[in-house]
This record gives sequence, C-alpha cells and structure tokens, in this order.
Amino acid sequence: MTFRTVLRAGSTGLALAALCAGTALAQTAAPEAPAAAAAALPNKGDTAWMLVSSLLVLFMTLPGLALFYGGLARSKNMLSVMSQITATAIVMCLIWVVYGYSLAFTSGGSLTSFVGSFSKAFLAGVTTDSTSDTFTKGVVIPEYVFICFQMTFAMITPALIVGGLVERMKFSALVLFVVLWGSFVYFPIAHMVWFSEGYLFTLGALDFAGGTVVHINAGIAALVGALVLGKRIGYGKELMTPHSLTMTFIGTAVLWVGWFGFNAGSNLEATAGAALAMINTFVATAGAGLGWLFIEWVVKGKPSLLGMLSGIVAGLVAVTPAAGLVGPMGAIVLGIVAGIVCFFFCTTVKNALGYDDSLDVFGVHGIGGIIGSIGTGIFVAPALGGVGVADYAMGEQVWKQFVAVVVAVLWSGVGSFILYKIVDVVVGLRVTSDQEREGLDIAEHGERAYNI
Amino acid sequence: MKIVMAIIKPFKLEEVRDALTAIGVHGLTVTEVKGYGRQKGHTEIYRGAEYAVSFLPKIKIEVAVGNDLVERVVEAITATARTGQIGDGKIFVFAIEKAVRIRTGETDADAL
Repeated sequence: MTFRTVLRAGSTGLALAALCAGTALAQTAAPEAPAAAAAALPNKGDTAWMLVSSLLVLFMTLPGLALFYGGLARSKNMLSVMSQITATAIVMCLIWVVYGYSLAFTSGGSLTSFVGSFSKAFLAGVTTDSTSDTFTKGVVIPEYVFICFQMTFAMITPALIVGGLVERMKFSALVLFVVLWGSFVYFPIAHMVWFSEGYLFTLGALDFAGGTVVHINAGIAALVGALVLGKRIGYGKELMTPHSLTMTFIGTAVLWVGWFGFNAGSNLEATAGAALAMINTFVATAGAGLGWLFIEWVVKGKPSLLGMLSGIVAGLVAVTPAAGLVGPMGAIVLGIVAGIVCFFFCTTVKNALGYDDSLDVFGVHGIGGIIGSIGTGIFVAPALGGVGVADYAMGEQVWKQFVAVVVAVLWSGVGSFILYKIVDVVVGLRVTSDQEREGLDIAEHGERAYNI
Repeated sequence: MKIVMAIIKPFKLEEVRDALTAIGVHGLTVTEVKGYGRQKGHTEIYRGAEYAVSFLPKIKIEVAVGNDLVERVVEAITATARTGQIGDGKIFVFAIEKAVRIRTGETDADAL
C-alpha cells in the first residue's frame, strides 16, 4: 500500500524477501502473485524494529523537541512552549486514528492524487491480521505498527511549527490551528508523497523519511505563521536570549537519537537499508554540525555550542529525505552544505527580511528540507555512491525533486495562510500585549517553570 | 562603625573573603547583582544573532566593621579584587547609626 519508492528491487532485497518468506511462512510458492503478498505474515524482526522506531520518533517530540525549543525561549514562556508541543502531539495522535490515517493512506477515488478517503476512519477494518506492505515484495508489517509509526510523524510535524509561533500565540488558537492544519495540509501532503496513488509518488519524487512531508511542510507553515502573527513585542530591541542552552543541548541529543527511528525506521524493515539510513543519519548530522560550527567561528569569531546544535538539527533535516537513498559520503556533503546554508538563512537572511521566525523553524527545517530534497536527487546517483533508482537521470530526478518542493511549499504556504486567517477570526491568534509581556506561562497556563 | 559595600567581579569573591577573614572580619553579606559602569556591557551571540548585554553580573558584598578596621578592609578588597581590567568594581563606605544582634540584644560595637 505504501511503497514510498520502487527502487529497492535489487537482488539483495529479493533474496531477503525470499528468505523472510521462507523462514516465517514456509510458504514460498508464488511469492510474486498479489494474492500471496496479501497472505504474507509479518517478520518478527521487522515488526520489532518498527515498534521500537515508533517509540523513538515519539521520544523526538516529547521530550526532545519540547526541550530543544523550550531552552531557546525565555524562561517566562518555557511551559507555554512545552504545553503547545504536548497538546499538538496528543491532538494529532487522536485525529490520526479517527480520520487522519484514512485520509493519508487509503485510495481517494477521483481525488486520490491529492488525498485519500474516509474508508478507514476510526480504523475501520483494521485488525491484528491486517498488514501493510514494505519496500520489498512479499514482506509486510502489521498494519497497527505502521499506523503507530506514521502517527508519530503526524504528531511531530505540526509540533515543529510551534517554534515559529512561540511566545505570542494563544494556546487555544494553536490547538485549533493544529487540528485544521493536520486535516487540510499534513494528511493530503503525506498522501501525495507516500501513498502509491499520490501525485508526487507517481511522479517519482524521492522522499525517504519525510523531507517534504515533514520538514518543508512545517518550515513553510512556521514562516507563514511568523509573518501572519507578526513579531514578538520588543523583537530586535530587547534581549531575547535563550533561557537555557542546557535544555536545548539535552533536546538536541534526544532528537538525534530519536531520529534513527525516524530515518532508519522509514525503511520499514530491519535490513541493510535501515543500516544505510542509520549511518547516513550519523555522518550527515556530524557534517552539518561541523559546517555550522566552522562557518560561525569564521564569521562571528567564536565556536558556539548552539551553533553546533543548530547544525546537528539542520543535518538531521537534510538527510531525512536522503537517508536510505544516498551513500555515506554523499550524506556528509549534504550535511556540510545544509549546515552552512542554514546558518546564513538563520542569520543574514532572517535579519535582512526582518521576520520573527522565533526559533528558526524555516531557517533550519524549511531550508534544510529543501536542500535535502534537491540533494537527494543528486546524491542518489550510483556514481556518487547512492543506491540509484530505475531509469535514473540526474537532471530529470532533480527536476522531480524540485516539483515536489514547489508543490509542498505552495500547498503548505497557501493552506497555512488560509488556516491562520480562519483561526484569527474564530479565536484570535495572539495573546494580549500585557499577557505577552508577563509571559505565557503565567498568563495562559497559571504556572511557572522555575520556582526557585 | 561603618558598612563597607563593594561591587566586585564574581570570580574574585573567594579571594576577597579569604583576605577579609585574615584581617579579622567575622561576617559578610553577599548578593548577586547586575549592573554596568565604565565596562558597559558585552556581546552575546545566539545563532549568529548578536545581543548587546548591558547589565553584567557582579557580586555585591557588604561588611559591617568598627572604625579601626575600615581602612584595612578597603585596602584588602582593593588589593584582592583588582585585575587591572576595566570592570573591577567599586567600594563605598557608609556610616552605621545603630547595630543590634538579634539573638542577644547587644548593640553597636558589641553587635558586630
């Protein structure tokens, strides 16, 4: 049901498929027939890996992202950041099983290029016997674990947007926005990219673990949100230094570890493909951390911890669409480029344009995602160490990647803009200026992060 | 009786305390403060964004002493808190009108 790519038809994959089918089933007859695939039983190793991966991605959101973002905010807004991320996660968790999974991963009839149907709303028809396909023919995983794994993606993506809106957006507005954004932006884009009948899937755009679906999507939504909401009071005039880079460090470390579930888990099987995604998630990240560290050292005079941490996240973002598709050396180049370019976007470009993307969601996730998506089209080339795709031509593949980026940017940009405006009319986007000055922790939640 | 109040660099506190103990000062009040003088502030850089931090962290110490000790206290602080760099801080001396030790009710010189 969800072949994200159709490229893993190499001999290794086939051999593994045969092996898995043989050991798990003793039913190797006619493994190529669709009927046989439907009857395939999940491999326990694959299932175990996907169960663990789902938890790793959950851990990225809570507490990883919450600490990463929270530390960058001022202490008076720490709990507000954590509340918004937690609320996003639990709301998305529920609407995912109510109708999100169905909209993303079922056939949508005449609209199937863009969105699925409600045929699996409330997980109708899903049982412990139902399975989801992987990249390898005849290899399946339990549908429940696939739903959980994809659920964690649906939880973290809108949570990423919070970083562009912090310290001024009303809690009620955020919750309403997340419900709308999940429904009208995330589910359709996930369908377009990852469902076999989706527009970008059939186009042949490559997105291994969610560069377009997750990062460009969230990065653009955060940028639009920062523009619609406006700057924080005092932005550019008052001190808005991160209140705890210690928290940000912990959050980054959790994100990195969790990201192995995100990227290597997106292989859907516990195979060499997952191992490739894993090593790429190591080295691209290290490359980007180093890239940001050095460029900041040269330009600003000091090598900063926050620089390394930002580079690490930029590298993780950039390698996301590429993880299982490029070689480790290509991943390093991708990482270094992402580290350097994201640095310039978070500093020079942001300052020049004057928008208050508070925690640099666009600069890191939007730009890092675009670099990763385009870069995937380049470094997937076997000549550059990538795994290759059928009928690969670099120019053509890069063009497909570019189309995917443009579709994601437009869909998320226009969609998010409309949704922000709707939310503004319904509940109002911003807290009052008094509440903003007091801090959202006390003003909105009636509690304080640190009672020292 | 005088209060000697000094604003010093935070990392000089231990040295100052040792020096004051050595000349017979038995008590000291320390407060973490922020402020600026000729040193003005410094620059902090977060993700490439530069922030001018105009209030720097300093330590304020207050010590109440008899008139006989005042000059030696001032000298001790001056000698130990000095780095020669801008931002070493300042010392102020005030008169005390009255002092009481709460536990015993002793007053003035007996209370110090």
